[in-house]
Amino acid sequence: MSFMPIILWSDALVFLLLAAGAFSAWYIRQREHLSLPWRRVAKSRMAMVSLLVLSLFMLVGLLDTLHFRPALPSANGGDKVYSPEVLSVFDKLAGPLRTHTEKTYSAPFALTLYAKEGVMDAQGHIVRDYPRLQYGGAHLTDASQRDGDVAARGLAGGAAGLLAGILLAMLARRWTSQRALLVAVLLAAPLIGAVANLATAYHVLGTDKVGQDVLYLSLKSIRTGLIIGTVTTLVTLPLALFLGVAAGYFRGWVDDVIQYVYTVLSSIPSVLLIAAAVLMMQVTIDMHPQWFDTTAARADLRLVFLCLILGVTSWTGLCRLLRGETLKLREMEYIQAAQSFGVSSLRILARHIMPNVMHIVLISLVMDFSALVLAEAVLSYVGVGVDPTMISFGTMINAARLEMGREPMVWWALASAFGFMLVLVLAANLFADAVRDAFDPRLNRTEGAA
Amino acid sequence: MIAYLIRRILYAVPILVGVNLLTFALFFVVNTPDDMARMQLGIKRVTPEAIEKWKQQHGYDKPLLVNSSASGTGKVTDTIFWRKSASMFVFDFGFADDGRNISREIATRMGPSLAIALPTFLIGLVVYVSFALLMTLFRATALDAAGVALCVLLMSVSGLFYIIGGQFLVSKLWHLVPISGYAGGMDGIKFVVLPIVIGVAGSIGSSSRWYRTIFLEEIGKDYVRTARAKGLSELRVLFTHVLKNAMIPILTGVVVVIPLLFMGSLLTESFFGIPGLGSYTIDAINAQDFSIVRAMVFLGSVLYIAGLILTDVSYTVVDPRVRLQ
Repeated sequence: MSFMPIILWSDALVFLLLAAGAFSAWYIRQREHLSLPWRRVAKSRMAMVSLLVLSLFMLVGLLDTLHFRPALPSANGGDKVYSPEVLSVFDKLAGPLRTHTEKTYSAPFALTLYAKEGVMDAQGHIVRDYPRLQYGGAHLTDASQRDGDVAARGLAGGAAGLLAGILLAMLARRWTSQRALLVAVLLAAPLIGAVANLATAYHVLGTDKVGQDVLYLSLKSIRTGLIIGTVTTLVTLPLALFLGVAAGYFRGWVDDVIQYVYTVLSSIPSVLLIAAAVLMMQVTIDMHPQWFDTTAARADLRLVFLCLILGVTSWTGLCRLLRGETLKLREMEYIQAAQSFGVSSLRILARHIMPNVMHIVLISLVMDFSALVLAEAVLSYVGVGVDPTMISFGTMINAARLEMGREPMVWWALASAFGFMLVLVLAANLFADAVRDAFDPRLNRTEGAA
Repeated sequence: MIAYLIRRILYAVPILVGVNLLTFALFFVVNTPDDMARMQLGIKRVTPEAIEKWKQQHGYDKPLLVNSSASGTGKVTDTIFWRKSASMFVFDFGFADDGRNISREIATRMGPSLAIALPTFLIGLVVYVSFALLMTLFRATALDAAGVALCVLLMSVSGLFYIIGGQFLVSKLWHLVPISGYAGGMDGIKFVVLPIVIGVAGSIGSSSRWYRTIFLEEIGKDYVRTARAKGLSELRVLFTHVLKNAMIPILTGVVVVIPLLFMGSLLTESFFGIPGLGSYTIDAINAQDFSIVRAMVFLGSVLYIAGLILTDVSYTVVDPRVRLQ
């Protein structure tokens, strides 16, 4: 099957981030003093387990970032026509999840829809009953077989996952001797195996109002959350780093101007500033429909803009921290020595100041990540988040919110969105704590042990 | 003190001018009033006459910065900037798209917002500080570790979950209080209890952990060791020495939000149907009523700057060494 690869704006930014990440990893590995704190992170059980969870999320997010447009079967061998729908490698892998849409709500593992409808029975009469699902458990002839089938499929998938997990753990033992990590691998692998195997035949987390599989929606939301959490740093980092360090080092009018700018920005309550900027962006996007050839491209640009806006509103805190630290550093003897040797300001900043504030930058970035993931949900609820057509935790919660009022209640979409978000944010928080502990110079530790 | 206050208030003026210019640029330069009119009237098939009419009705038919057709001071005052942006300095916010006076609307909606936000703030402060003191008292034990773990777990839960979960549990399952609504006076109590409890519970994780860090930082200092060496009990040390000395970092984070309580909380108010400023803002965002959003941005920054000044004043109250000149 032929296809046309598509690189959306957010994809390009993710690739840029990956390249930057790979480069810094290589750079750090070369230098003993830089890799020391990371080895402390690697020693922490909590950090490694949460890193495992985070990498699983990241894997889903990355697969979901490789976009393409499949070719449509063209009549009489004319020019290739590509579908207007932008798919990702993840969509391809999760094929049945994406295409198996039911008519409307159905509970997890259900065989029937959640509401009664008029259906034709064997005698040709129309009776009110729960209609069978089109895909969920469609291979079963009788409802009583379900529990046994679920157990069998779950066990089979779990066993396959366990096997893969054992192989992986044996492989991983070459690099790490951490037992907690190996146990986590052995726990996660069967779970993933079981869910994957069950998902081919059932809707493991049910379906939503238009019949879409909730598990699929939750997995798709991961990319949106990760992008908000990471791409935003592309904006915050340069702004905060250059302005903060410049304000602290040059002082005088440079300091005054930069302080003025960040006081103005931070004096506006951030939700309001974001709301105002997003409203304006919405007008611009709506006024220029010709910019986008697919709806995915439009939703994507809005996501990138949202990251930009979040970045512009959230760099002030880090900037203030860096300014304070630089004010302290510039009075140090080694900086004064460099100055008296006639080293240029730019060189002092790059060689002496920047490396010494990097731990603050790193700590603040990992701490911000989880806050940004949570903020996305709130902003989407308020109506100033991602595009309503983009699948995200916020749009899922927003759509599912009204279902709480239904009788009987539809709880699974909300529960899945909150559950996935909790796991992601918790892992990020724990990892951030470990990073902070490892990098914070204020914490006393015996360096000889490391 | 008075001289200091006057100077601080004067310092606030350039910042507010900056905020004003920023919102002006955001709302009138990035998108022209024509774009806004088209947005409100529907993008397609809108006649230039209809746009002109909409602009005239809402007072957007003037030049942005300089009106060359007017004479005298009218060159400056008969413009969108003067009428819509500069007028906010005297708290004249003009009219919303539905024709209501925004200033009057803000005045009536402050009450309900405060009825939720003030108790949430006060109860929250007491709860967080006590929880943090408890963890500090049992520091480096399993109890402290469990407390921190609980905090991390609680702060990883989305704020939306607390509201939706709380509404479901308390109102729908147990039928203790109405799901949403608001009433003035004593009748209102049943409406505000749940939002307050949820508001307090929502940030117990992050706040308690933050206070714990502050207390732990204090507890390593010399005066604490001296106090213990004099034979004071650990409780005495915590409450009379550590708590008092931790006041400065606590006030730094706390006092600044007090004026912002007037603005209410966007989420809580919209979920519980409280007619405060938070739900006013949300409704304005959904209806794309830019004049209300503009007014709230300006009001928010005024209150924030007031909070900063208040923070400085509060230092003098808790720490006699701080003198404002």
